[in-house]
Amino acid sequence: MRVAENINAALHTVLAGDERAYLIGEDLLDPYGGAFKVARGLSTRFPDRVLSTPISESAVTGIAAGLALAGDTAIVEYMFADFLALGFDPLVNFAAKSVTMYGERLPMRLIVRCPSGGGRGYGPTHSQSLTKHLIGVPSLAVFEMSPFRDAAEVFAEMLALAQPCVFVEDKILYTRRMHSVIDPFTVEVREGVAYVGTPEPPELILIAPGGMAERAMAALRMLLIEQEIAGLLVVPSRLYPVHLDLPPVAHVVVAEDGTAGGTWGAEVAHHVHARHFADLAAPVTLVHAADTVIPTAPHLERQVLVSAATIYDAMVRTVRG
Amino acid sequence: MPPAPADALDRLASADASDRLAADRATMLLIRHFETALLDLFARGELSGTTHTCLGQEYVPVAVSGLLQPDDHVLSNHRGHGHYLARFDDPEGLLAEIMGRAGAVCHGVGGSQHIHRRGYLSTGVQGESLPIAAGLALHLRRHQPGALACAYIGDGTWGEGAVYEALNIAALWRLPLLVVVEHNGIAQSTPTERAMAGTIAGRAAAFGLAHTLIEATDPAGIRAKLAPLVARVRDGAPLIAEFRTPRLGPHSKGDDTRPADHVAALADWYPAVAAAAPDLDRAQRERVARVVAELSARPPAEWADR
Repeated sequence: MRVAENINAALHTVLAGDERAYLIGEDLLDPYGGAFKVARGLSTRFPDRVLSTPISESAVTGIAAGLALAGDTAIVEYMFADFLALGFDPLVNFAAKSVTMYGERLPMRLIVRCPSGGGRGYGPTHSQSLTKHLIGVPSLAVFEMSPFRDAAEVFAEMLALAQPCVFVEDKILYTRRMHSVIDPFTVEVREGVAYVGTPEPPELILIAPGGMAERAMAALRMLLIEQEIAGLLVVPSRLYPVHLDLPPVAHVVVAEDGTAGGTWGAEVAHHVHARHFADLAAPVTLVHAADTVIPTAPHLERQVLVSAATIYDAMVRTVRG
Repeated sequence: MPPAPADALDRLASADASDRLAADRATMLLIRHFETALLDLFARGELSGTTHTCLGQEYVPVAVSGLLQPDDHVLSNHRGHGHYLARFDDPEGLLAEIMGRAGAVCHGVGGSQHIHRRGYLSTGVQGESLPIAAGLALHLRRHQPGALACAYIGDGTWGEGAVYEALNIAALWRLPLLVVVEHNGIAQSTPTERAMAGTIAGRAAAFGLAHTLIEATDPAGIRAKLAPLVARVRDGAPLIAEFRTPRLGPHSKGDDTRPADHVAALADWYPAVAAAAPDLDRAQRERVARVVAELSARPPAEWADR
């Protein structure tokens, strides 16, 4: 099963299991089924609860917050994560604050899904990761789709929190197979975190969100083959708030899709430094996209985005100095 | 403006109408004395932060609330004390909220402009409430057919893009949404003519939305005009009810940049009502004074459920 189909199945599960659940966003109706076809079949099966909207991210997010306020379950599909900037007020100033600003905890079952990241040649306004802008907002959790975890499980986790959650979906991931691990690695999932590695104790831990999984695994394999260094890839589904339980390890690298500065990776590094300082041989290394926009032409885009080679180089530098 | 003679006769003919008149006046006077007391508390340094009083506009929510049902949902804004008091006879809970004292509606977390109670919510960002109202209207249409979402906004709110996104969707989806515009001619310090090209009526027409202009100040007369239109809202025809109303006080506290003679020349319903019902006026003034005294003696609010 491909990742897009897995998310689609998860949406079917949520809407089938909860009479009060809505999916709301642009161009959702069949046969189109959303720009990335993740909403396929839903409007046919749940015509009253799949709402295709005008191009109005701010109102759509506000309407979803209104539904959540009334006790409904609202899932918003953004066409591109970049457009979250248009819905920032209803998400941050209203939905997230509403959980606590009225003096008693108010359940808000709201998920904002956003196709994120580059690699498809969509250019500067349709390719970026907005994750860093969502870190540290009280009562706003950030999750990311991982090929190692069934989206239905992750949706259930987010809804159980009863607070607004952003669900980042890497666009490259949509066409990839679920649970696919390259040789010689195996994957194990514990408490919402996927661990990809080999049986031997790792010299290095690489922490990355789900969208990075393929590049991260390729980089780890190069590290093993070229440098004979065993690494463990750690992929949490919940990016924020950060909570990671790592085995003792000397080196930690965090790879993320966005540009440097006030990032999720920096938050992870702080978390690791605070909990594992005594085990570390060196500070946590962060890997980011280049500090610029994401260009459209494929050869230029490759110069900017994080690749397996970028991650590999950073890991070698971290271990070898 | 005094009520039309025909309306006055109708009222005399019915004990209900007479009770209603007394109840309307009681609420208008309660709000007036509440707002006046707030400014007084600020002047004495007994309140922190900010507040926005609705002096002059009290009759608007009093008129509108008389058309609302228990299942309806009210969305209020920064200038919302009147909206709250017209919906709930609870000056104690509201003043406790504003003063941060025990018994506060939202435990002192929300304050003057962030209040939530079943069927009522206010928030302090301009334009933010209309999409939320649309979401609530969508919910009500499915789960409580016939109920509506009523959002109070100002003339200044029309500068926000979220307003237009929400109105477009409300019209397309035929949502039971009543938008009450308190058009008081000024947004903080900016006169409407420097902030709004065209008119509210013109903007409503652009979306094919019903619009009505209300210049009266007597709640019964206003309700008589609005009732059939609000009934259509319940059937899925959104309405923009634009009240031309005076803002007699400052935007918040002591920040009125209008010339004093301009403010003094604004129409005020209060002298006529106070003259017509002096006992009621005194009773409400004293009630508010008692609430202020009682609340001032209460311990601070506690925020436990965070």
